[in-house]
Amino acid sequence: MDLETMLSYEWGAMMPEFIILGVVTLLSLLDLFLPKQYNRKSLAWIALAGIILAIITLISLFDLEVTSILHDTFRLDSFAKAFKLLLLVGAALVILLAESFSPKEGMAENRGEFYYLFLAALLGAMVMSSSGDLITLFVGLELLSISSYILAGFRKKNLASNESAMKYVINGGISTAITLFGMSYLYGLTGSTNLIEMSGTMSAVFDGQFQYLLGLAFFMILVGLSFKLASVPFHMWAPDVYQGSPTPVTAFLSVVSKTAGFIILLRIIISLFLMTPSDETGALTFLERNSDYIGFLAGITMVVGNVIALRQRNIKRMLAYSSIAHAGYILVAIAVLGYFTFDAVWFYLVAYLFMNLGALAVIQLITDKTGSEDISRFAGLYRTSPVLAVAMAIFILSLAGIPGTAGFIGKLTIFMGAFSADPGHYVLGSIMIGATVISYVYYFGIMTQMFFRPALPTEKLKVPGGIMFVLVLCIGGTVLFGLAPNIAFDFLHTNFGSFEDFLQ
Amino acid sequence: MSSFILPSLIFSPLLGVVILFFLSKNQEKAIKIVGFLATLPSLLLSLFLYVQYKAGTELSDFAIKEAWFTFGNLKQYDPKLFAVDFELALDGFSLVMVILTAVLSTLAAIASIHIKKEWKGYFILFLILQVGMLGVFTSQNLILFFIFFEITLIPMFFLIGKWGYLEKEKAAYSFLIYNGLGSAILLIVIMVLFARTGTSNIEALRYIMTVGGVSLIAPISGVMKYALLIALLVAFGIKLPIFPLHTWMLRVHVQAPPSIVMLHAGVLLKIGAFGLIRFGMGIFPQEFQKIAIYLAILGVINLLYGAFLALIQTDFKMVLAYSSISHMGIVLIGVGALNEAGIQGAIFQVVSHGLIAALLFFLVGVMYERVQTSSIDRLGGLAKIMPLTSGFLLAAGMASLGMPGMSGFVSEFMAFLGLFKEEPVLAGIGAIGIILTAVYLLRAVLGITFGTAKQPVPLPAEKSDIRAIEMAPVLVLLLLIVLIGVFPSILSGPLQGAVEAIMIGIGG
Repeated sequence: MDLETMLSYEWGAMMPEFIILGVVTLLSLLDLFLPKQYNRKSLAWIALAGIILAIITLISLFDLEVTSILHDTFRLDSFAKAFKLLLLVGAALVILLAESFSPKEGMAENRGEFYYLFLAALLGAMVMSSSGDLITLFVGLELLSISSYILAGFRKKNLASNESAMKYVINGGISTAITLFGMSYLYGLTGSTNLIEMSGTMSAVFDGQFQYLLGLAFFMILVGLSFKLASVPFHMWAPDVYQGSPTPVTAFLSVVSKTAGFIILLRIIISLFLMTPSDETGALTFLERNSDYIGFLAGITMVVGNVIALRQRNIKRMLAYSSIAHAGYILVAIAVLGYFTFDAVWFYLVAYLFMNLGALAVIQLITDKTGSEDISRFAGLYRTSPVLAVAMAIFILSLAGIPGTAGFIGKLTIFMGAFSADPGHYVLGSIMIGATVISYVYYFGIMTQMFFRPALPTEKLKVPGGIMFVLVLCIGGTVLFGLAPNIAFDFLHTNFGSFEDFLQ
Repeated sequence: MSSFILPSLIFSPLLGVVILFFLSKNQEKAIKIVGFLATLPSLLLSLFLYVQYKAGTELSDFAIKEAWFTFGNLKQYDPKLFAVDFELALDGFSLVMVILTAVLSTLAAIASIHIKKEWKGYFILFLILQVGMLGVFTSQNLILFFIFFEITLIPMFFLIGKWGYLEKEKAAYSFLIYNGLGSAILLIVIMVLFARTGTSNIEALRYIMTVGGVSLIAPISGVMKYALLIALLVAFGIKLPIFPLHTWMLRVHVQAPPSIVMLHAGVLLKIGAFGLIRFGMGIFPQEFQKIAIYLAILGVINLLYGAFLALIQTDFKMVLAYSSISHMGIVLIGVGALNEAGIQGAIFQVVSHGLIAALLFFLVGVMYERVQTSSIDRLGGLAKIMPLTSGFLLAAGMASLGMPGMSGFVSEFMAFLGLFKEEPVLAGIGAIGIILTAVYLLRAVLGITFGTAKQPVPLPAEKSDIRAIEMAPVLVLLLLIVLIGVFPSILSGPLQGAVEAIMIGIGG
């Protein structure tokens, strides 16, 4: 590759990534050379500025046609734009949470590291959403994972945090190996790592013997990626890691990292298996024939997440199981694969971003203050700080999928997909609704604490500016997209159409 | 200008919510007055609608329809596909329900003077509950209906769980889970219909299901129709409630504060009946015909089960709770009869029981306020210290057992008339329930007012009868009950059109 070809690429398409990369470099240098007594807290603002700049550049790229550079390893299509926007907005909110985080231990001494590791993870996720090649996809995934491993063990002197980081690394290693193993079969079959070329080879011919190899690869990849989604069978790490990590890291893992998981899942399985025939006639594609297995995983994930959450007393653990359940809901949208899949996944992730980050913001505040994560710490919150209690109530209602909130519309979109298919996915839809009703019990358990129980004798909570901002934005998003979902849908459709360019 | 009326009718209570936000939580009197006043605009507007209707204005003039949101990006093919509009409208049936809701809300706001704590939160939730109830009866598409339906759920959970009696939290949870399940089933039905037909508009769905000939997104088979109808019956059966899905409702009746039970027994249970008639009969008329007989049987079971158990209760609230189950049986009997008299009777019973149950629970609240118990064993001879209250209680009891000249008689008479035409044997068995009703009500009411208590509770020494402000709701309710009993045409007039439309759908 000579200089001329290098220059002929439209590097502008990669601008948001470059900005984040620049900020990561800047922050790591600053952290290294700044004097020890300098408070690293203010580095958050640089990180935030970088993210906002990246958002602005990304928005300015919306009008750009599908751009693919570096031999199609990096492509900027509607899918990449739409999901990158989610990642960046989520990241900006997490940075704000981290800025206001003042725990007893852990964050204080190496705060600087937190910011650049976090941005590095974000960069990995962004690369994933834009990659058209298994290699870049995998590099993005590893960048995200390795940064997350370190973040999970951030409270160096805390036993629980160390344990959770260890579990996370081991689980992550195994799952990555499984994914990679699955990918290797696909490479062997097609002789390429470029997703479009691979899809072309796979859909061109049908050979009955390949079906088993394809099946093996499909399941390996699906199972391996469930780690990032925190869905069954690789969900066991989530409760421990969510509980052991500092709350901003929990927020990152449950929102940004999960979004990234869905991005890579959609990228791989839709680009590769949607066009692949499953028999000579080509009546059913491979994905259609095997989508029941995704549905099966989705069903177990929803039930496991919600049922185990019932028994939790630790609020972060409870939220971990709830986030497992939510991954199950989104998997339903993928399993029923149809016209509404992209809409449903995107909208649900938007709703989830606001409601989950909002809930975690309140949790961070309470657990910081009281030093305990027991659910009883929420007792009488309505009396001591009514605004906070009402905010939390809104997030919980949205997580429970009550009308008037974004969570409800998200669930409706998923049901639309499930029931408009022919034959309809009634069993999966019913499991999802049943699981939602189960979730009422623990979600309203928090409500009971906040509104019915007498208050603990505590001093008044002071809400830091950063958290205040996150709360306002999250309430705004949750309620606005709940009452006027057309804003989000119109935005999606005017800017990204129906993701027609996903496979081109 | 008429397009403003329905939205302001439904959302005007929110005005009160906004004002309440600015009041300090200790200003008890101001909060109660604002809470009461905030229910008035809806009441006045609903009465205005009734007057307009009487004057000959078409109710469809008040309908509004605004684009709200659309699923998917299919506007270029068909702008109506998967669109959810914000559409409200009225027909005779919903007009009656809206007036019932508005009247009971205002009266329940008066009954809320007995609330002892946290008036601000109470009235905010109360007013949101009212918005939900009013919205349910006027929504013209299923998604909107469901949203309002769920809006009633959350305030009720808090109102029961925070302001109720001893076992309030258990009652609140059991309310939440049962109704959550009911809503979940309802949501499945709604989403299946919406996703497969592409519309959630009730009129459009009625057309698609009965007339057909419209190309659908995905087919709805005959079996599927039955499945959907039965799911609807279960969903609304929980709300109504139909035996054996009733246990949650007993807890709520006993544990919730009386002002909330007025709304619960008076309006919320009726949403079940409303849904059965509007959606069950309206959207699936042919299938409904096939299963109507089972509904009538369930109705007789409800009627007898409720009546028998009401006979042996020792708590007056429990008597009334079982009496509600028993009376909802009559609604089912009317619906199951599936002829004009039956359906008229069912709707009459919905309204009449709404008023009577509200009256009885209001009086229970008044009584409880003064003697701190509602146990029949511990109460007796209340006529001495509360002569007026006791008198009203007797009147309410008479209304409930269906004395001629009061609304209960009209509805029971019509419902049974309907069933006797179709299934005389079943109706004969059901008629036992009517006799039992008289027995259990007189036993309870007479025991409390004139009888002697087994373990008497210390009664207040001097007279402590119903106050003037408490008298107002009682008089209004009694007046309405007698009015409907004497001039049934004030109800049957508006209902005529709606019932005829249903009959045409069934083909009778």
